[in-house]
Amino acid sequence: MKVAVLVKYVPDPDEPWSFRPDNTLDREAMEGRLSELDEYAVEQAVRLRESGVADEVVHVTVGPAEAAGALRKALAIGGDSAVHVVDDAVHGSDALGTSLVLAEALRRVGADLVLTGMASTDAEMSVLPSMVADRLGVAQATFAGQLDVDGEKVSIRRDTDAASLRVSAALPAVVSVTDQAGEARYPSFRAIMTAKKKPVETLTVADLGVDPSRIGLAAAAVSVLDISPTPPREAGVVVVDDGDGAQRVADFLDSRGFI
Amino acid sequence: MSAVLVLAEATGSGVRKATFELLTAARRLGEPRAVVVGEAADDVVAALGEYGATTVYAVPAPEARQDLSVPTAEAVVEVARRVSPVAVLLGSGPLGKDVAGRVAVRLDSGIITDVVDVGLDGDAVVATQSIESGLFAARTKVLRGPAVLTVRPNSIGAEAASTTTPTVETLDVSFSDVARAAHVDETSPKAGTGRPELTEATVVVAGGRGVGSSDGFTVVEALADALGGAVGASRAATDSGWAPHDLQIGQTGITVAPNLYLAAGISGSIQHRAGMQSSNTIVAVNKDPDAPIFSIADLGVVGDLHSVLPALTDLVRERRQ
Repeated sequence: MKVAVLVKYVPDPDEPWSFRPDNTLDREAMEGRLSELDEYAVEQAVRLRESGVADEVVHVTVGPAEAAGALRKALAIGGDSAVHVVDDAVHGSDALGTSLVLAEALRRVGADLVLTGMASTDAEMSVLPSMVADRLGVAQATFAGQLDVDGEKVSIRRDTDAASLRVSAALPAVVSVTDQAGEARYPSFRAIMTAKKKPVETLTVADLGVDPSRIGLAAAAVSVLDISPTPPREAGVVVVDDGDGAQRVADFLDSRGFI
Repeated sequence: MSAVLVLAEATGSGVRKATFELLTAARRLGEPRAVVVGEAADDVVAALGEYGATTVYAVPAPEARQDLSVPTAEAVVEVARRVSPVAVLLGSGPLGKDVAGRVAVRLDSGIITDVVDVGLDGDAVVATQSIESGLFAARTKVLRGPAVLTVRPNSIGAEAASTTTPTVETLDVSFSDVARAAHVDETSPKAGTGRPELTEATVVVAGGRGVGSSDGFTVVEALADALGGAVGASRAATDSGWAPHDLQIGQTGITVAPNLYLAAGISGSIQHRAGMQSSNTIVAVNKDPDAPIFSIADLGVVGDLHSVLPALTDLVRERRQ
């Protein structure tokens, strides 16, 4: 079974975001890394490879040249190869455009199972897995806290706030993995070195047969009008508990009508 | 007036508060019409009417389970094709996100997630999001297709409208093979706690690493009960097994925006703050004077939550009598 993992190169969480004049994120100007939530998906793919359920794991990303670093990190956790779609035409794509490019990359890879994180840590939309699955015409099982795969189907535990469900989907399928699934292993030095030698195929949008008029900022179905800083919360009061801490809070809650 | 579709969600206890929030938001854009997957029971229809739904589209086929994403998406797409709404509003939980994604692809529509406000700019739908852990507000206009929007809970307060009795239309939808390719094999409903649901509560008391143990959580629970609130937890606490994962507040858990958020033993990482910084009033108790949570708290107490919380609980109970 061939497993593909969709990964994303995102801004380093400690760095403030910078925006371009067209209101897009300036991904090239910022330090970036493999989205932390994608590591859970990478780890699940690697476990499937180790157990023999999968015989090949390919990591796939669309992003600027720097996104290659995210692929190397994923390969260091495990996996056989990667595909990197790099093309200026992708800049400013909305979810429709991004899902189109990813779906075509996946079609070319030909995976039986596609794993993704539950959301990217920058846009945090959580909708790409469903959009990609729809474009590929395959089933989905999303927000998996745990998954089991056999040759024909994937079975997941999906937790909602009302219930815990077991959902199964026939393969081929797209499965998104939450942070409740196992932590990704910390790559050994040897794994990092080996990852540098694993093949990474670089593709353009033309290589995928994607019509450039369907992607990029000009094709987007949404347009960001403005981005403005949120007024910071007014600084509050900090007191040290000298035995009166509870009293201070009680008085405060009283004054605000909570008691 | 243009129609606005709202995907209604209901549990055993009735229509979810988030659905009433969607209907309220829908009224800012046009005429709200609800989509119900499964049977549209009379009490559900009446409740939807109280929040302004003029029509309820019921899709009752057996494949159309409310908890399966693809049949639900296909049901919504079918209604949207018939009704040509200006927008489709959904919740921001797993189901809402899954359905929104597929609907956006099928209708070739602009999609905006976790919106905190909606409005019209001429004929175009404009939505506001809180981005980069609440540091920025982004306003985005939909250029194409019915605007597919998922709405963050507790951002647009639910407001009842003058009660209408909605017309109910039942639709037969033929579902694709892909819709039939997934099954729910088992459902384990979560046990009710008797406390308000976290996403709906007006008061939340949350415990973090400082709580120290499962037993330690009883002081958090006691204060929540005294204030009539819900119990939440940081990821550190749930990862340590001191509280169930479905109480986790933060980037990978639940986002809340209650009137009062009391953080006990929570340092306040960016990932945690992403889940609660829109709370109206924030109180923090932490041993560490440098804990980042103090920078967003209206009142911070540097101290041991194991002594502050029980004392506070007693004071609250006294004053409430």
